[in-house]
Parts: sequence; C-alpha cells; structure tokens
Amino acid sequence: MTDRIKKAGRHVSQNEGLIFEQSAPGKRGVEFPPLDVPAIDARTALGTAYARESVAGFPEVSEIEVMRHFTRLSTWNYAIDLGMYPLGSCTMKYNPRVNEFVARLEGIATEHPYQPQELSQGCLKILKLLLDCLAEITGMDTGTLEPAAGAQGELTGLLLIRAYLEDTQGGPRKKVLIPDSAHGTNPATAVIAGYEVENVPSDEHGQIDIARLKEIVTGDVAAMMVTNPSTLGVFEQNIAEAAEVLHAHGALLYMDGANMNALAGVARPGDFGVDVMHLNLHKTFSTPHGGGGPGAGPVMVKKILEPYLPVPVLDEKDGHLALDHHKRKSIGRVRAFGGNFGVLVRALAYTLAYGPGIRQATEDAVLNANYIRKKLEDVYDMPFNSPSMHEVVFSDARQKKNGVSTMDIAKRLIDYGFHPYTTAFPLIVPGAMMIEPTESESRQECDLFVEAMRAIAEEAATTPDLVKTAPHNTRVSRLDEVAAARKPVLRWKPKAHSS
Amino acid sequence: MRYLPKSTAERRDMLAAIGARSIESLFASIPEKFRLKEPLRLPAAMSEQEIIDYFRARAAENSGGYTSFLGAGVYNHLRSVVTDSLIQRGEFLTSYTPYQAEISQGTLQAIFEFQTLMCELTGMEVANASMWDGSTATTEAVLMAERLTGRHRVVVARSLHPEYRQVLDTYTRNLGVHIHEIGFTSSGQADIARLEAAIDKETAAVVVQSPNFFGVLEQIPHLAELAHAKGALLVVAITEGVSLGAVRPPAEADIVAMETQSFGLAPSYGGPYAGVIATRDKFVRQMPGRLAGETVDSNGRRGYVLTLATREQHIRREKATSNICTNQALCALAVTIHLCLLGKEGLKELAAQNLAKARFALDLLESIPGVRRAFSGPFFNEFAVQFPRSVKLVNRDLLREKIIGPLPLGSSYADLTKRALFCVTETTSRAEIERMAAAVREILSKPV
Repeated sequence: MTDRIKKAGRHVSQNEGLIFEQSAPGKRGVEFPPLDVPAIDARTALGTAYARESVAGFPEVSEIEVMRHFTRLSTWNYAIDLGMYPLGSCTMKYNPRVNEFVARLEGIATEHPYQPQELSQGCLKILKLLLDCLAEITGMDTGTLEPAAGAQGELTGLLLIRAYLEDTQGGPRKKVLIPDSAHGTNPATAVIAGYEVENVPSDEHGQIDIARLKEIVTGDVAAMMVTNPSTLGVFEQNIAEAAEVLHAHGALLYMDGANMNALAGVARPGDFGVDVMHLNLHKTFSTPHGGGGPGAGPVMVKKILEPYLPVPVLDEKDGHLALDHHKRKSIGRVRAFGGNFGVLVRALAYTLAYGPGIRQATEDAVLNANYIRKKLEDVYDMPFNSPSMHEVVFSDARQKKNGVSTMDIAKRLIDYGFHPYTTAFPLIVPGAMMIEPTESESRQECDLFVEAMRAIAEEAATTPDLVKTAPHNTRVSRLDEVAAARKPVLRWKPKAHSS
Repeated sequence: MRYLPKSTAERRDMLAAIGARSIESLFASIPEKFRLKEPLRLPAAMSEQEIIDYFRARAAENSGGYTSFLGAGVYNHLRSVVTDSLIQRGEFLTSYTPYQAEISQGTLQAIFEFQTLMCELTGMEVANASMWDGSTATTEAVLMAERLTGRHRVVVARSLHPEYRQVLDTYTRNLGVHIHEIGFTSSGQADIARLEAAIDKETAAVVVQSPNFFGVLEQIPHLAELAHAKGALLVVAITEGVSLGAVRPPAEADIVAMETQSFGLAPSYGGPYAGVIATRDKFVRQMPGRLAGETVDSNGRRGYVLTLATREQHIRREKATSNICTNQALCALAVTIHLCLLGKEGLKELAAQNLAKARFALDLLESIPGVRRAFSGPFFNEFAVQFPRSVKLVNRDLLREKIIGPLPLGSSYADLTKRALFCVTETTSRAEIERMAAAVREILSKPV
C-alpha cells in the first residue's frame, strides 16, 4: 500500500534532547554591550531579603546550540508551509510572509502603548482602517479590536449584551441558548459572563429548529449564540427567523464568526439579523496560528451596542485619531494595552492584499470543500446531506464496522503526508470527520488528499490493523496520553532531584 | 490573485466535477436576499510592495527618533535576531495547536521547556503553556483561587497595575466576586496593616504585583503569611520578568501570574505578548490553559502530549476552568528561545544592568532641585519621582527635545499628581539618561 503514498517521503530527522540536557556551566548565547554606568550588586541595590543569586535551573548553552536545538524541533512539526492542513473549523490557510515583514517594521513593532497619541497616529490609522474594513465585510456598524482571541471576543460580546439588557431592560436576564453543535468555548464563555447555558438541539438537518426556538425563548433569555455557517459547514437557513424570534422577546443574536471564511464578500451577518459577532483573525484573516496563538478576536456590533464597547475606544477629534479611555457605559477593559496590535497589523495586510477580491478567496474555499465532498461521498458516510459551504463533515460509520475510527483514519492520513482533519467534532455527529481545505489548496493538492482518503478507506476494509496502528512513518508512534494524564510530568527536573 | 493557487480553467473543471453550473450555485443555501450583489467597498487590492509602502508610511507617523522612558507593564529590552529568525520558521509559524502529537513534537517539546523555564524563574512547581497576557493571567489566577477556596472575596493591592485591575473588574463583576482594594504606604508597598485587617474567612485571594506598578518590590513572604493565616491564597502578578534575574522569586505565593513580554517580545503597541500562570502541583487541576506533559510512545520513546485536557473547554464545555482556547504559543516560543540564549549568566547580567541604569538615572534626577523620589521601597528598573509641577507640563517640554518622558501617575491615581514613573532598561544609554536629566533640569529651572 505504501506505493500509494505520493505526497510524503521519508527522510532523516535529527534526534534532540531537552535544552537543559545540553547545559554546561559558563556557556551563553547572548552578550551585551558593556555597562556604561557604575555597576551595582543586587544585594547592595535591593538588600539581602530581596536579592537573588541566580536562577538555578536555567540552561547554559551557546548561540549555535540554541539555533540547532530549535531548528531540529521545528522539523518535527507539520505546518501549512508543508501542505494541506484540513482541520475543520480552524481555517488553516496560507499565512502571507509580507504580513510578518510589516508587523516587524521599525515604527510598528517598536511602539509603546502609552506613548503620546500624537506620536501614535500611524498605529491608530491602522486600527481605524482595519475596523472600517471589518465593519464592511461583516455588515456591522462598528466594533472593538481589543479581544486577544475568539474566546475573549465571545466573552466581550456577551458582556456587551449583558450591559445593554441591564441598561435598557432593567436586568441582564438569565440564560444564553447554545446549539448542541457549538464550539466548546461558547458554553464556557457564557458561564464566565454570568449566564446559565441552555443547550438547544438541532433539527434533523442539523439546523436551528425554529418551532422549538419559539417555545424556549422567554423573557429569561438574554441571547442565542449561533455559529454560521454551523460547525457542519452548513448555512443556517433560518438565521433571520431566529433573529426575529429573539428580537421579539427582547433578546439578541450572537454569531460566532469562526466560519466567516465561508461568507466574506458573499453575505454579511449584519444583513441577516446578527447583533454582535466575533471574528477570529487567525482563521479568516490569515494571521499565523503559531502552534496555538497568538490570535485576535475583534467583536463587531450593531449601533445599539456601541455605548458599551470596551475601552479604549477609537475616536476622531479635530482630524486626529485618539483613544478614549473613559466611556460612561463601557463594560470596561477586557485586556491591558488595547489588544494584539501585531496580529491586527497582519490581518490588515491580508485584507489590503485582497480588497473586494476577498470574495474570490471565499469562492475558492467553498469550491474546494465541495470538490472534496463530491470525490469522497461514495466512500465515507455523510450524516447530514445539506449543501456544504467551506467545510464538509463525514462520519466513520462505514469504517467503524471494521473497527476503524475517525481518529485511526486521521492518524493514517499523517502517513500520507497530510495533517489530520478535525476528529470527533461537532459532537452531534458520532465519529465526525470534519474537513476544511480552505482556498489555499490547489486542485493538485486536493486531488492528492482525495486519493489518500480513498486509499485509507480501502485499507480500512482490507487491512484495518494498518490503519488502527497508524501513524507508521513518524518520529514517534501513538503516544500514551492516559499515562501522561494519570501521572503528569509537566516540567524537566535535574537528575539529582528526580526520584 | 497571488495567494490563490488556481487557474480559471481549473476552477471550471472543478465545478464540472462537482456537477455545479456556476460558483453562485454553491452558495444557493444562503437565502437570495442575503447574497451580496455588489463588491464590498474595501480599498483596492494591493501588491506586496504597495502593502509595504502603506505600512512604512504609517510607521513614519509614529515615534521614530524619540528616546522613551516608559515602562509600566511594557518594556524595551534587547531582542535577538536568533529568536526572531527561529520563530519565523514555517514549521513553528504556520502550525496549529499541537493536538496531533505525532506531527507536533517540536511545538510540544518547546512548550515543555517553556513550562520548565517558567517554574525555575518564578519558584513555582508547575506552569501552563501560556495565557493571553499578564492582565488576563492575573484575572484567571483570581478565578482559580476562587475555585480552590470556594470563597468569593478578593483583596487587591492598589499598587497592582491599574489596567490589570480594570480587567479583573470586567471579568468578575458578574460572578459575585467582591473586590476590596488596599492602598500603599510611603514605601510604595501595599499597606500591610490595612491588608491584614481586610483578609477574613471569606477571602479567596490576596493579589499583589511585584515589582509593583510603582516599580517597588512587595514583601512577599510576609504577605503570604497573612493570607495563609486566614486560609486565603496569595496571587502574585509580575509585569517585569527580567526582575527575576536579580530579585528573589515569589516562592511563598500560591499562584504567580506573569507577563513575559520582557523576554524578547516587541512592545508592538500593546501586543501580542504572552502571559503565564504558575502554581503548586496540588493546584494543577484547577489551573486554566493548556499543558504539555511527558510520556512515551508505543515503542517506549520519550515524547510529549497536551495533557489534563479535562480542565479545558473543548472537553468540559460549561464546566471548564476557563474559556481560553487559542493562547499565545508563538510568543511563548520566542520567550523560550530568548531565555535559552540568555541562560543563567545572561539573565543575571541583564538584570544587573537594569538595576545599575535605573539607579544612575534616579541619582541624576534627585540632584535636580525640587525633584525627589516618591517612594522609599526597594525597586528594580522603575521608580517614581515627585516633580514640583504637573508631569504633563514637563512631558510636553520633553517632547520638544525628542524625549518621551515618564508616565504621569496622576492619570490613574488621583492622590499621586505630580508623580512620574520612570523606566530605565539596558537599552537606554548613559548619554540618553544624561540628556533626559539635563532636559528635566532645564525645564524645571524655568517658570511654568
């Protein structure tokens, strides 16, 4: 079967221990300009009660050792730069390098958040232009760029709703409705915002059940959080009706914009009744995921929520931009220092590269997902048959009969040179296989992926053990996660101290 | 479009393979009235060079050519080319959260090393893979203390960064947490007598920052004793990590919430940085955020995985310890690389240079008539002075000399008008310090 693996070959990869294991006293990887003022000893400067001799466990290594150590580690990672990263709901698209370049410019990377605003007009113009672009793309009125990531955007959004309800309706209400297909952050966030969570079952097409919604929306409901397109990759047909039902009861509609890559330039949440939403700039707007962050989670709102936006708020005064830190009705600050500015710079660079042509990226993303769906739907089960947008969700129902699970297929994909798709999510699909190719994949790369998935489907039928024990070509085989959690080893310790 | 790898013919062929008449037909599930008929009103598409030109023009409208004495939670320290080139390797930059351990060992081992370095720095036993920043890490540390103690009152020193306190307030306002703020004494340290009186059997945590917002070190062992005597936890926030190269770590604390920006991350007008939470082993199951742990593969080889995920939102949903998902992984990687380069000796020298430069600057300022130190407590690289007139007026005149002056404390503390917070790091040269001090002397010698 290995002759069917076309994308990946095997090559030597370097072994590398922990940096601490290479340490030897007296080595260092950085030198400073000589001190040009009188030196002072820490004990003298601080007093013995406050002074520290040195950090005992720090490594002592040279520059070349640091360079090789992290270069070797890097070669053990898969990355978008190596190929398709079909993680559903994660939108792993190409991260343009010009974005990295401009974020590092002198005058951009070097600026201090407390420097005078008259010396920050360049930074403020960047924020203003990005906010204007995001408002146009989402069809919302304004917003905040402060939240550090999607989950913090969600919290900001719910706090805005809370403040609005308290201000206009005399109380925050009690509940937030969340569909059973939602990301885990949604319910976790609602609790931090001080709300009870009511899970709403999807209908038989995986859509919002309007009849059911009408029954459960009462004066207790503050908002409903909806991901659109849903985590099934399907547009919520009834989103506008859902907004009407909520609005009729004084509640608001929150949209999780994690899947905005299916809509940019094609449809705008502001037009279909959404009151507040967040965007994940590290998804739709191409800022690099960096192995788990940093991201940015701007929140876009309708006019009614503007008075409550977190401070500082960007204002225009006498032809100059200024940050206003004192807004009477503001929910306050959600993060110090205004936000992940460097991430916002990258997102603006991305937006400027496309301009109105961002629609083409959306079209290509949807084209790729539908192409993969068409080429795989005869070998993998499709639990919901609704039209796919930017991602397609299969299940392992057929392969399961041979004992092969979605996780096994995902791990086998690694041998074929691909990162796995998202496994076991959304929760409403048992054995889910959630595939989001994004617009960054060529037809050739999509074809290779399809071939790999078809080959694995065959293997699952003929040689299931090969799939169940995958991956076979990686540095390490499947790792013992149970042992890791049962007796956690969460840091390195010098030999003398370990038992 | 240069980022899109398809020709018109390929798009057509793929549509045909799908059996779709047109690209529009793939969007048919969006109700017709919501489908845009016009192109978005966005700036016209730019080439790479035009994008660079746009941002260069914006950069030129900022603070180029000025010398700055600002710190207050964001610090100018030396950064290294090695760190920046390593974090731009595509395998780090463009990889996802390391859920698929077999092809993420690079990121996972680096996180494990980060966790170790954070433990060594802070004197704690376990550290997570990063939080969004120091302010949210501090807030999450308080929520963690609440869960651990089952109590809902929090005693917070006013010498904790004002923006950190505001973030704490935003998060806790709707959760039934009562915050009691405690002032400071003439040393600039938290008022221990009032603090002791404020801690009671309902107190979940005492929260201080050290070095605090005024640059002054808090008396951590004493504060820990007071908190522990009433069954409360001590949360210590650290905004200036470099201090830990010269200052005793807060080993008596229960939770340390640190901002790591000082270790190789650019100020970047507010972010991205990386926060971290470090604590004692026994509290790990209430700690928010991702954790990398050591394990073995099926052949017994050492490897790393994300572990204890049952604390996290993707498993526990509304019962999770936090809603955090995406963190600041690449920033934490930069911090890891930077700290490995520094090593034991480098960090010590770096901290010693900061101590020396700050004292040199303070001595020069104190020699100016009418200028005196505002607080008497021990300090690292930030200190507050009192001017004979408004800090804003002094700063306005300093700007004419291309100097961004100290932070006026009066904007956040009504009782600290005319007080200014200076930060001096290894990046500030003796000549710049002398020029600044001479300018202040000159400004104050003239009538307002």
